[in-house]
Amino acid sequence: MLVLKNLPRSPAGAIGLAMLLVTLLATVLTPWLSPWDPYALDFGAAMQAPSASHWFGTDNFGRDIFTRVMAGAVFDLRLALICVFVPMAFGVAVGMVAGFFGGWVDAALMRLTDIVWAFPFYVLVLAIVGVLGASETNLYVAFFLVNWIGYARIVRGETMLISRLEYIEATRVLRFGRIRVMARHVLPNAVTPALVYSMSDVVLTVQAIAAMSFFGLGVQPPAPEWGILIVESIDYMREAPWMTLFPGLAIVWIGIAFSLLGEGLSTALKPKG
Amino acid sequence: MFQVILKRLLMLVPVLIGITLIGFLLLQVMPGDPASRAMGTRASPEELEAMRRLWGLDQPVWVQYLYFLRDCVTGSFGVSIFHKLPVIDLVAARLPFTLGIVLYSTLIALLVALPFAIMAALNRGNPVDSAIRQVFVVLIAMPPFWLCYVLILWLALGLGWFPTGGVGDGFAANVYRLFLPSLVVGLSTAALIQQSLRSALIDTMKADYVDTARAKGLNGRAVFLRHILPNSLISTISIIGVRVSWIIGGTVVVEKIFSVPGLGSLLIDAIVSRDLPVIRGLTVFFAIMVVIVNLITDICYALADPRVRLE
Repeated sequence: MLVLKNLPRSPAGAIGLAMLLVTLLATVLTPWLSPWDPYALDFGAAMQAPSASHWFGTDNFGRDIFTRVMAGAVFDLRLALICVFVPMAFGVAVGMVAGFFGGWVDAALMRLTDIVWAFPFYVLVLAIVGVLGASETNLYVAFFLVNWIGYARIVRGETMLISRLEYIEATRVLRFGRIRVMARHVLPNAVTPALVYSMSDVVLTVQAIAAMSFFGLGVQPPAPEWGILIVESIDYMREAPWMTLFPGLAIVWIGIAFSLLGEGLSTALKPKG
Repeated sequence: MFQVILKRLLMLVPVLIGITLIGFLLLQVMPGDPASRAMGTRASPEELEAMRRLWGLDQPVWVQYLYFLRDCVTGSFGVSIFHKLPVIDLVAARLPFTLGIVLYSTLIALLVALPFAIMAALNRGNPVDSAIRQVFVVLIAMPPFWLCYVLILWLALGLGWFPTGGVGDGFAANVYRLFLPSLVVGLSTAALIQQSLRSALIDTMKADYVDTARAKGLNGRAVFLRHILPNSLISTISIIGVRVSWIIGGTVVVEKIFSVPGLGSLLIDAIVSRDLPVIRGLTVFFAIMVVIVNLITDICYALADPRVRLE
């Protein structure tokens, strides 16, 4: 909660938060801002340039692009947050156990990260989805398998540092249970850098989700996913460049928002002194 | 020096074994029977049986792994179902293009990141520094596959300066034709390394030998060019080493869009045609490539920085 109070104090955090709120507000207000159906075809209105009634123009089927980009915002943000925070929860748990207890869990985790990090991110995600088959569920599986490791490694290092600090020593004198110490005293501090990292992870994950749709290996049409909007626009790029431009700018907008949020978080969470 | 390299080589062995294990598991976790998944519904029971025997699917799991390990050690990385060729033959024909983009984009990344890192470091804490940081925030927010199309639309179709894709004959033709794909990978790499370059420069500026150089009476410019810059450049070697996996992964996306017949296009094509041995062999090959480039950057770093050698 202290974080929420401190976040708007750094300019980056304030702008990032504002950008995200504007996005959420726009998705909620879309039915009033742009009263079009994101799926309904209207060939009479195909490929119109951006105008007062169609803010981002229309696509080759006459669908309003603003409405579709907004539907995509709901879709992509939900997907990206699941693909980042579910692996994060698992990675944080593994990292804490490894850092707190050390021993073979720790050794195994370190070897595993060394090996998995040798695989380029896109290669591994593509290969996993390629082998399992293209679907939304398999996208979750692929991102989970690849993404948890970064968090485990970060939290492991943090936990090792914190475990040596005096206030953790003190809990030992007080004979607190290990679970209680980990959950109440180590976790809140160890999770901080993971939270900052997760913001840049969201930026890359939104891009990767769109890239997977681009290769036909992610979410399938007619979902209003931003990557799908871009793929479907490629053939009309010359006549209707707005079809390609706006869904991409939406990804850029969300990327900037989360990058700034990350910057704000790292300032807000830095201990004073 | 020799010992440093030998130690690094020995440390590689478990990592390489782990890489092959993950590559092996990749096909092991696949739902259903790999042979029928690969051959589709048209295959007769006899063909499926032959396929299973060819892949050793009738053997226990650990034997299957040893088969795969043998394929990796002997260098074939398995045999493609679609091309009927060892994976390594397919790789050999495409590797030059991928390596070309990796080197070219790294060069572009340095040319973009270095001046901005220097400017940011010299102005640290003031508006110039934060303006530069925001430029790179925007750069990192751009999805590479979309940036490819924006550049095609603007520089290839609009202004006609570059071809929309493909490769040419000879070095000069490819320097020209591979510029846009390398630029996309290079810009995203630049965004990732600019921040570390800036901190490396700032750290070097605080070093004792820089104070000594100033105390000798050298002017700011000479101190910067003769002491700060060369020493920061050494650290860029290790910064690039850390990002190698990212750079190599970035080539996958751009190759497909710019129709470059490299390893990335091969991977996507293999996934589309469900050529499982190629998917597995290539995934392992990509990881080995990252490990080898990391090794090379480590050795270069040790050669350039005497402190590492003396450890």
